[in-house]
Amino acid sequence: MKCEARNATTRRRFLALAGGAMGAFGAASLLTVRPAVATPASMAAAIREVVGEAPVRPGKIKLDLPPLVENGNTVPLTVTVDSPMTAASYVKRLHIFNEKNPEPNIVTFHLGPRAGRANISTRIRLADTQSVIAIAELSDGSFWSESVDVIVTIAACTEESK
Amino acid sequence: MAAAYAGEIPLSERKSGYALMSRDTQKMQDDRTANPGTLWVLEGETLWSQKAGSAAKSCAGCHGNSGSSMTGVAARYPAYNTTLRRPINLEQRINICRTERQHATAFAYESKEVLALSAFVGSQSLGRKIAPPADKRLTPFRNTGRDLFDLRQGQLNLSCAQCHNDNWSRRLSGAIIPQAHPTGYPLYRLEWQSLGSLQRRLRNCLIGMRAEPFEYGAPEYVALELYLMSRARGMRIETPAVRP
Amino acid sequence: MARALINVPAKATRGQVIEIKTLISHPMETGYRPDYNGKLVPRDIINKFVCTYNGTEVFRADLHPAIAANPFISFYTVATESGVLTFTWTGDDGKSFVEKASITVA
Repeated sequence: MKCEARNATTRRRFLALAGGAMGAFGAASLLTVRPAVATPASMAAAIREVVGEAPVRPGKIKLDLPPLVENGNTVPLTVTVDSPMTAASYVKRLHIFNEKNPEPNIVTFHLGPRAGRANISTRIRLADTQSVIAIAELSDGSFWSESVDVIVTIAACTEESK
Repeated sequence: MAAAYAGEIPLSERKSGYALMSRDTQKMQDDRTANPGTLWVLEGETLWSQKAGSAAKSCAGCHGNSGSSMTGVAARYPAYNTTLRRPINLEQRINICRTERQHATAFAYESKEVLALSAFVGSQSLGRKIAPPADKRLTPFRNTGRDLFDLRQGQLNLSCAQCHNDNWSRRLSGAIIPQAHPTGYPLYRLEWQSLGSLQRRLRNCLIGMRAEPFEYGAPEYVALELYLMSRARGMRIETPAVRP
Repeated sequence: MARALINVPAKATRGQVIEIKTLISHPMETGYRPDYNGKLVPRDIINKFVCTYNGTEVFRADLHPAIAANPFISFYTVATESGVLTFTWTGDDGKSFVEKASITVA
């Protein structure tokens, strides 16, 4: 978390130095000088890899994450898609993305009509307070998504000073 | 056991850390397949029946295959050891068996093996009430533990009691302060992403207070454990618990 | 050695949608975590998980470092026939860990 605070300071300083006219440019450079941190832009790129030019509509998919996370190292996640899961109509893939971890991809699940139910649970890591997005790819080629905002709190009294 | 010490949480108000954590984390603890601590319990079950050391003996060779002979043991540790003339905790008891009965080298503190065996033995007491032995020889050590609990230390000049007796249920750095009852050790801490012992947790507290932590195995930790177990008497064992 | 825990119902009726829960011991080293000397610990994760039902793939997951240590995955499948479900976790080193569970479908 200290790391984030430092970045915020840098950003303020940079913007102050750059002045109002340079503000937009300043923010853009900041993305390139932060190593190994996913950004809304890199998440968008990762999503583009999966969906191509196809439209992604909100709906059909439900992403369950605790709104206030007790520890970002282990966050329970459940994703459910409203689908009959028959040979004619089923969920092909489920993709989970985030915007502030070192990498935008979290997991991709491949399923089919034999799943019977499109409902999957796992546990993920979230480095910071951020949005998590789930995208479902259906057998008809359509994409559906849901985005959830998660607040990650800091653990007290850890063995490593953070 | 006598009544609660002055300044302690009244018996009727005691709560396990379980009650103060989120429903999601509670579900993770309750479901055996979802609880990552089960992986260590299973590993411990394997080690239990494996022969070790130059004596080529297994734990099961003396104590039986199922481990059910260990029921209630974790609920009454630390216990007085007459040879050492001081109390020892469960991990130390496991290592004494290892060196004296199996003639094998002792496991390192926090090693996978000692965590697995203590999780396996601890889980045999799941649901049992914590019942510290009425052994007068333990009293001076327990009092030392209580003094340590009340002692202000570290750069923040904090005592365990200030957080865990006086401010439990309030937040410290985003996390809810529990009452510090060692009901579920060794436990899976989400922060650690691993199982860990009470001593590891106490070290984390000391580092959080900006105090110098004791070395693993230090008598101070055993004294604190003795006091904490008597403070948690009657509460139920949750091993392997899950905590944030 | 890795250790895994699988929860599959031992019996089911044909066509029943059953829940499968899986847990495996693995640190899921992200490759972004410094050790005590400040050096990055090399990435070491399980990157693939596959479940087959009598040889046919019914579920697969591609995992990234954002999956928590000791990966837990639960999902559903239709109980089609009696047989064996095989679970395979594959790591960055290419090595796999396999676990099997039997199911009787009436």
